[in-house]
Amino acid sequence: MTLKYLLQKEFLQISRDKTILKMIVALPVIQLLILPWAATFEQHNIALSVVDRDHSTYSQVLIQKIVSSGFFLLTDYSNSYDKAIQSIERNESDLLLEIPPEFENNFVREQKTDLMISVNAVNGQKAGLGSSYLAQIIGEYNKDIVINHSPEAITTFKNIESDFYFKYNQEMNYLNYMVPGVLVMLLTLVGGMLSALNIVKEKEIGTIEQINVTPVSKGTFILAKLIPFWVIGLFILSIGMLIAWIIYGLVPAGSFFTIYLFAFVYLVAFSGLGLLISTYSNTQQQAMFVAYFLLIIFFLLSGLFTPISSMPNWVQIVTRFNPVRYFIEVIRLVYMKGASLTYILPQLGCILAFAVVFNTWAIVNYKKTS
Amino acid sequence: MNIVIQTENLSKYFGDFLAVDNISFEVAKGEIFGFLGANGAGKTTAMRMLCGLLSPSSGKGIVAGFDISKQANDVKKNIGYMSQKFSLYEDLTVKENLRLFGGIYAMRVKDIQSKTLKVCKDLDLNYAKDLLVGSLPLGVKQKLSFATAIFHHPQIVFLDEPTGGVDPVARRKFWEMIYQASQQGITAFVTTHYMDEAEYCQRVSIMVDGRIEALDTPNNLRKALDAQNMDEVFHALARKAQRS
Amino acid sequence: MKQFVSFIKKEFLHILRDPRTLMILMAMPLVQLIIFGYAITTEINNSPMAVLDENKGVESLALIEQFSKSTYFNLVSTPNNIAETEEAFQRGQIKLALIITPSFGNDFLNGNIPQVQVLCDATEPNEANTVSKYAQQIIMQYQTRVHNNIEMPFMIHTNIRMLYNPQLKGAYNFVPGIMGLILMLICAMMTSISIVREKEQGTMEVLLVSPIKPIFIIFSKAIPYFVIALADVIGILLLSYFLLDVPIVGSIVSILFLSILFIISALALGMLISSVTSSQQAAMLISGVGLMLPTMMLSGLIFPIENMPLPLQVISNIIPAKWFIIAIKDVMIKGLPLFAIWEECLILAAMSIVLLTASLKRFKNRL
Repeated sequence: MTLKYLLQKEFLQISRDKTILKMIVALPVIQLLILPWAATFEQHNIALSVVDRDHSTYSQVLIQKIVSSGFFLLTDYSNSYDKAIQSIERNESDLLLEIPPEFENNFVREQKTDLMISVNAVNGQKAGLGSSYLAQIIGEYNKDIVINHSPEAITTFKNIESDFYFKYNQEMNYLNYMVPGVLVMLLTLVGGMLSALNIVKEKEIGTIEQINVTPVSKGTFILAKLIPFWVIGLFILSIGMLIAWIIYGLVPAGSFFTIYLFAFVYLVAFSGLGLLISTYSNTQQQAMFVAYFLLIIFFLLSGLFTPISSMPNWVQIVTRFNPVRYFIEVIRLVYMKGASLTYILPQLGCILAFAVVFNTWAIVNYKKTS
Repeated sequence: MNIVIQTENLSKYFGDFLAVDNISFEVAKGEIFGFLGANGAGKTTAMRMLCGLLSPSSGKGIVAGFDISKQANDVKKNIGYMSQKFSLYEDLTVKENLRLFGGIYAMRVKDIQSKTLKVCKDLDLNYAKDLLVGSLPLGVKQKLSFATAIFHHPQIVFLDEPTGGVDPVARRKFWEMIYQASQQGITAFVTTHYMDEAEYCQRVSIMVDGRIEALDTPNNLRKALDAQNMDEVFHALARKAQRS
Repeated sequence: MKQFVSFIKKEFLHILRDPRTLMILMAMPLVQLIIFGYAITTEINNSPMAVLDENKGVESLALIEQFSKSTYFNLVSTPNNIAETEEAFQRGQIKLALIITPSFGNDFLNGNIPQVQVLCDATEPNEANTVSKYAQQIIMQYQTRVHNNIEMPFMIHTNIRMLYNPQLKGAYNFVPGIMGLILMLICAMMTSISIVREKEQGTMEVLLVSPIKPIFIIFSKAIPYFVIALADVIGILLLSYFLLDVPIVGSIVSILFLSILFIISALALGMLISSVTSSQQAAMLISGVGLMLPTMMLSGLIFPIENMPLPLQVISNIIPAKWFIIAIKDVMIKGLPLFAIWEECLILAAMSIVLLTASLKRFKNRL
């Protein structure tokens, strides 16, 4: 019964807090409109320098084929290696393709020939992808030559025909992958950060004293603090999904129920974490710092930006203790693959465990400190 | 006489530090009881124990008929509290604050509504019913704080330096409110730094170094120490302090 | 001058008396460096895969063996039919499934073209791309083995040389980026908060009525963070050199010079933030949302700028960390001399001057 009055108070206070209101509206819009575009590893327009020391028909055809692939942008074409390497030093090109003299002649006479690729590998990922794209194009070019010159080789060297199917994201669009992840980021900020700040604020202002001398139980007080953030979280999730649909045309392949159920448990877990942080902090600044510090680590190790499967083993074990990881995994499974509730039960169980641990710890600690 | 606060050898340690040292006293129903002492004398700690916020290290305390160490929650239901720091919600309106605290003390919706009207009328706050509390002047806020503390008609109201920072006229008016409450049978337990306010109390206790050094009516205290006013009484006693 | 020194002392005391914040300031670079250095790698190894072998012959087993002995893949499931394969994908258990047709083995003998299907989980397009290329490679290797290592005629031999970072380590790319991020955090965020805190608590008034010039008050707030930032730079360099094996090819002097230039611009930014805000919370929000997020997302730290849509590329130009990251990579990892990065240095210097003038002007106007 007192819960009703406390809830009324919380909602009134939130509705009068301009900063929080702005965040509730602006966060989903800004994050969903900007982040997915910035957070892309998509590679096109890779800057390529070509050093052509052959100037033959063969070399021309190869260059033509590379340029028309759409992945590469020819920034510089010369016959001096030194000049080309300078353009890599100046960050003007990422890759350097060197076609040696006698490229065509070697083909014809010795039936084999060489090519040199030099890659600016400071960014390892970019280097790896760029060089493998280039190698792929060279491979196709090579195949054409083999077919033209020695069709019998194709039949004697029986090649396995391997068909590749790219499932769940046929157009290979990075946005399809990032947008659901950003939804999770939103919920995390609301659930963890805002709830931590809200409780510390009462401590800092001193109103919590007044509540402490009333017969309101700590459980009721905390519940009244947390419920609004569950509601706001689900509300923001709905806005976010709406934006994802309107702007990016993304609709979950799975059921809304699964997403909302998981989101709810997730919010309970994160508001528990927020509560926990607030019991250890005396000022909003401290709470903010701790929350900020934890969230950065959580996000970087969540698989939001880089796949968990490519992290070293011990880090993969560490990520099991990261609640964000499970929701990122689940929302992508549901959005892109249409996974049903039964398939994501293990993740749901983990989040449930987090919710129990965070909230119990927070309540125990909250009772101890006052 | 109807006793509403009773303590026996109440003590509180923080680690090795003895903040409250064996205090024993009684307060009667409807009494205005002044609780004086220099900063650090242990007033706040004693008061927090009586409100059920801190549990005593030893000794016994009965407030409103309930044991403060075992029945803290029952104690809380029967008291009101106003702190030295203004602690109503500034981002709620007058009406909303009253509704919240009425609700917390499980008052009936109808009672909350009728009492809100009465409080606003009594305090001349009809114009401010729907204003945010943060926008009101300090004197008004303090009156409202007091009205909120006794909104649910508790047996005892604890006032922790309630008149800090307001002018003498406003303080005078505030004390009139305390008298009214006392006439309705609400016991007022007040700490203050203003010695003229101590004169308004029916009985005063003065704490020094965690002990109650003196407890009597202001009149008797003045006579006993041969002092002109409470100020001199206070200085004579507080001079004995070992710790500061 | 004496007053100035005593002001700086006071600032150091403030910082030292708040051990929690200080700890975060010190632990943050360490934790981020370790996370980025070890965890954020984009190399793909041990991708979980499934094999649906409908052939179950000698040839198919040999192909599967070729896959399972590769470090790229980890064979985690052998579904019995396509529905089970689908389920493994939906549960998120596998990234790739190899389906070997029933006639695979016979086709080899009969002279038909043997067929396999490879299903890739393309939710993450780059990962899918890389994984599919690895699969292709393994199938090719298997083929060459089957053909007793006889080479086809007319082959091009492509030699790939990875410059500066032969093992394609992620740390080479991230260490400079983290330096940018940390320095931004410490200098801009902490300075602005500490100045605004004095405003909020009213102690700024007290300082302003003292005979010391306001400019020095502001500088005395910035200097301790300058020192901490410099300590962090050295710490990061030592850690990355000894722990992450990132080489420091260029000269230390150039690296320090560039760092100091960047620190000054970040401090100036912090001062500007403090001059336009009056509460700690606002300062935190502005530096958190308005500064940290763009620095992380748009500086080229994690995501390559050149692939972003044009408006974001334009915005990225006003982010100081972008220029710092470009320059420090050139100096530290490529080992280029200082004059090779004169453009970036000039931009950073210009930014610092503009920011400093703006914040000092605002600060004066408010007196």
